[in-house]
Amino acid sequence: MSDTHQQSIGYVRDSMLPETAPPLGEAGAIKWARANLFSSVANGILTLVALFTIYLLISAVLPWILNGIWEAPSIRACREILDGATGGCFAVLTERWNQLLFGFKYPSDIYWRPTLAFVLLFVAIAPVLFRKVFPAQMLVFTALYPFVAYYLIWGGSILIPIFALLGFVVGYLVYSRFVAQSFAAGFFGGIVAALLFWYVTGFLPVEGILALEEVPSRDMGGFMLNLILGTVCVSLSIPFGIALALGRQSDMPIIKWICVVFIEFIRGVPLITLLFVANVVLAYFLPPGTNFDLILRVIIMITMFASAYIAEVIRGGLAALPNGQYEAGDSLGLDYAQKMRLIILPQALKISIPGIVNVAVGLFKDTTLVSVISMFDLVGMIRGPILASTEWNGVYWELLSFAALLFFVVCYGISQYSQWLERELQTDHR
Amino acid sequence: MKKSVILGTLTVAGLAAGAAGAATLDDVKARGKLNCGVVTGLVGFGAPDANGEWQGFDVGVCRAIAAAVLGDPTAVEFIPTTAKTRFTALASGEIDVLARNTTWTFSRDVDLKFDFVGVNYYDGQGYMVPKALGVSSAKELDGATVCIQTGTTTELNLADYFRKNNMSYQPVPIETNAEAQQQYLAGACDVYTTDASGLAATRAAFENPGDHVVLPEIISKEPLGPLVRHGDNDWGDVVRWTFYALVAAEEYGITSANIEELSAGTDNPEINRILGTEDNLGAMLGLDAGWAKNAIAAGGNYGELFEKNIGENTPIGLSRGLNAQWTDGGLMYAPPFR
Repeated sequence: MSDTHQQSIGYVRDSMLPETAPPLGEAGAIKWARANLFSSVANGILTLVALFTIYLLISAVLPWILNGIWEAPSIRACREILDGATGGCFAVLTERWNQLLFGFKYPSDIYWRPTLAFVLLFVAIAPVLFRKVFPAQMLVFTALYPFVAYYLIWGGSILIPIFALLGFVVGYLVYSRFVAQSFAAGFFGGIVAALLFWYVTGFLPVEGILALEEVPSRDMGGFMLNLILGTVCVSLSIPFGIALALGRQSDMPIIKWICVVFIEFIRGVPLITLLFVANVVLAYFLPPGTNFDLILRVIIMITMFASAYIAEVIRGGLAALPNGQYEAGDSLGLDYAQKMRLIILPQALKISIPGIVNVAVGLFKDTTLVSVISMFDLVGMIRGPILASTEWNGVYWELLSFAALLFFVVCYGISQYSQWLERELQTDHR
Repeated sequence: MKKSVILGTLTVAGLAAGAAGAATLDDVKARGKLNCGVVTGLVGFGAPDANGEWQGFDVGVCRAIAAAVLGDPTAVEFIPTTAKTRFTALASGEIDVLARNTTWTFSRDVDLKFDFVGVNYYDGQGYMVPKALGVSSAKELDGATVCIQTGTTTELNLADYFRKNNMSYQPVPIETNAEAQQQYLAGACDVYTTDASGLAATRAAFENPGDHVVLPEIISKEPLGPLVRHGDNDWGDVVRWTFYALVAAEEYGITSANIEELSAGTDNPEINRILGTEDNLGAMLGLDAGWAKNAIAAGGNYGELFEKNIGENTPIGLSRGLNAQWTDGGLMYAPPFR
């Protein structure tokens, strides 16, 4: 039977054909383009329009950047060099970069101090942001960092930040001594002890002991001021926000109502109004000559504002937890503080991360509002002194693009970190 | 420590607020620094330069006052103020004098309780047109489209002017000066109107300033001058006469170049009185005999300040106009030093 068909089969292939490439239209760039860019007539038109728009944008922007002038004493000199050609006048950045970054009054020979503080900031927040990568011992430096940064940026006697630090240490010692008897005794005892310590050391003569050159707050400016305000206010407003959120959920009516009124009042008022209060209205109450530090006033106001928002974000996180979690804590016999610390807050904060980051990014950009109360932050420097100088009046795009770039780098960094953190903390099976 | 500061300040605030008005001169001398309110940045009138030093026409007035009172033109703490914070800063005592292109108006003088000590720049609303339009007078602007900042007095002045001259116009409302520059250059309007000094500064920032002209008509009065708190007349006198010393110095030809030579003594008793070599006018103000000499030496006389910061040889290129000496047909007129 095997030869039945022998005559009817003319040819039998006895080896495999080598694989050939798919037809030209079904592979590689062409297939991708057909599938993604020209899948229908309408999409094809849209693709062409988009390409043309991108071409227009690039052909306008690229020569402007590539042709840019980086060395010139004024905008008029820029225009002379360009002689009618398209090009940005980036010379303003070359000449005024130090003012944009540090403000116009910060002494130029000690720029290394805020720069060092900025670098140390990363060392300080690294163990907080990446707990698994860096050793926990680095948290000691994180705790010391605010005092180091104050000493570096403001200068003055080293004893001031040391006394401030010791005040916290004294407060903590008193707290840990009494907390075993009662939380309230430890908490308020600690606060009283710290205040007492600061009050007493306030009388000590500290002038000139291991002093760095002192820089008054009024001289801070530029992007440094945005970073100071942003960092300080965000890091302060998270603990305050947690406290307010817990207070709002509390069973104790007085605490609850204080928190509710605070949050609702602060959220109902625009930030710019609070800044005006800090700058203008307080000046009426302060006796002339007493200069209650303007940056401190602004930090207090922005922190209040941000903590009200963060409190609401965290309250959302708390509300999202099923009641069973609270009951689980109770059934384990944990007290309130333990329950919150070990069970509720870790879950609630995880849910709140996108919201907190949203507030943090918004807050960081809002720090530019201080230019309205005549502080020279990055935007204030641009709008005020630099655009008002006879050399650079008329240079808008270059300066504002630079500001946008700085803010974008920071905000995008924060946003990327928060997305990474969400993935890292993800424990459910999705 | 900070807490105690707050509590302490709150309790004494009420008491101290009343005392804020008195004896500014003593306060300034005790402090060793003049707190001078300036603009956060206005071309030619006040802005820090690349080295962080404040420069400008209004800044020059601050330096002259510091030189007169403290003998040192650098003993000034410049406190930048915005249009919104300037009056509170002065009323609360945060600053001793406000030299910030502020228009002298009835309500600011009377209702807000300030004293304008003089006028250091007579400004007024003007028009700028492209040269190509071929217009040489505002009277020829019938039917023009005008770029105008909304919600300002300039808007009202414009309407008044065109109605008075029986002309019609098409307003193009804009929000800020920067926007106005773009709109005007793009040809969205034939005319741009704002204060004449602002027009000059705007024009100076153009790529081809020569293609645009500021018309000669000025349609409103904007007298800009330094001001102090109401109620401390001694301090008001110091600021007023320091400013007039600068004006009189120009009239009598005292410049920063020849001041040393003239203060050796001249035949002109008025010059001698200003420079403190005859009669002791300084003592009447509670200052040194050399107060006016120091003020003039700080940055030159009124004319020198003008030429250096906003005059015709600067990129802003303002002509003296109303701000010339009365002997040259302007309004700068210092009362006699006697």
